[in-house]
Amino acid sequence: MREIDVSQITEAVKNMCINANCCLNSDVYSALENARNCEKSEIGKNILSQLIENADLAKDKMKPICQDTGMAVIFMDIGQEVHFRGGSLTEAVNEGVRQGYKEGYLRKSVVEDPLIRVNTKDNTPAIIHYNIVEGDRVHIEVAPKGFGSENMSKVYMLKPSDGIEGVKNAVIDCIEKAGPNPCPPMVVGVGIGGNFEMCTLLAKKALLRPIGSKSPKKHIREMEEELLRRANDLGIGPQGLGGNTTILGLNIETYATHIAGLPLAVNISCHVTRHSECEL
Amino acid sequence: MNISLQTPITREKARELKAGDIVTITGVIYTARDAAHKRMLDNYEKGIPLPVDLTDQAIYFAGPAPAKPGEPIGSVGPTTSYRMDAYSPKTIELGLTCMIGKGARSQAVIDAMKKYGAVYIGAVGGAGALLSTCVKKCEVVDYEDLGSEAIHRLEVENFPGIVIIDSEGNNLYESEPQKYRK
Repeated sequence: MREIDVSQITEAVKNMCINANCCLNSDVYSALENARNCEKSEIGKNILSQLIENADLAKDKMKPICQDTGMAVIFMDIGQEVHFRGGSLTEAVNEGVRQGYKEGYLRKSVVEDPLIRVNTKDNTPAIIHYNIVEGDRVHIEVAPKGFGSENMSKVYMLKPSDGIEGVKNAVIDCIEKAGPNPCPPMVVGVGIGGNFEMCTLLAKKALLRPIGSKSPKKHIREMEEELLRRANDLGIGPQGLGGNTTILGLNIETYATHIAGLPLAVNISCHVTRHSECEL
Repeated sequence: MNISLQTPITREKARELKAGDIVTITGVIYTARDAAHKRMLDNYEKGIPLPVDLTDQAIYFAGPAPAKPGEPIGSVGPTTSYRMDAYSPKTIELGLTCMIGKGARSQAVIDAMKKYGAVYIGAVGGAGALLSTCVKKCEVVDYEDLGSEAIHRLEVENFPGIVIIDSEGNNLYESEPQKYRK
């Protein structure tokens, strides 16, 4: 049994909240540079240049890339041989969010009740996904997600007869309907299978995979490539002002499902798709 | 066309702006997003005056990140405008001539823009750090309890934008993607 003090979790989460929000990941940065070189629209090219300049400035000044520093979404893979001491693990994670959003001058964007809507003023509570795995390590991934893009996400409870074409058409439909709203170029996470809640989690996890990473499954990899091409043929372009850069990347995750169903979730993200990870 | 735009913007001036114009805005603009719009118009219904006289003013749909010491404001890019569609026809009727945001608008908003003379300008969504460098001064005007969603008065210099929907209803979101669609 390995012992970990929860104060280590607080410290790690705090630092990752700040880093994820101020330092654009290298995969997204490279994708923006590539897109700028390939973009046919002059306005689009100019917007992509501004996004690169913005990312450079944010990193240099340690300011948030985007003012919407999101709700903190935290994935924790916890080895089953780990014992936490020093208090509540969940409280330690939230304390890390609290400290990170304060010390990093990040925006507090969380309301305590979805209908009464009073800001909690410290960006807590976080959304935490715990997963128990083998071993004695703890892997933490912090993925703050803004809501301009989150609002454009969709769940489709398709039928088995809709098949692979039905899935592809739904994904393209979701991207097209999102249009200029989620700050294109977007990054798209797709979850196929599982059940109602599992497909959404798969879609979110797909966004954690680097842009350009390919599914190990051949039929899924081919679908990722085809959907990337089709999405960029929509013409939406940077900020929805036309162009051939509508999405920077599209990743698909799958899981087993029921004989009666074909659940599909499309989690739309923006060009500020953030994640920061560490292992304790 | 490249245009230096000075606020306040009269109805007549707003009608001169055309979709596709590249603008840089200098002067005072006000931030307001979901909660501030709701409170402002709920209060108006009850006869409570608006915190700001909207005549010829510009509203930036935005909620800034906190300012670091020595800086006027934190990152401040546009938020998605359709969430203000429920309120914008009324704010336009009350005198607003310019909205700055990102993303599509409803037909009701566009109709109000045509009727009264108002313009919708897009700022680059997700470029909050860069856009914050155009803000020279920031102060909270009202609704301080809303935190980032409070109404802020910003003094901006050469704040970059592009006219997306003009007062004739011309809309770049409709015209431009078609040119690149395969």
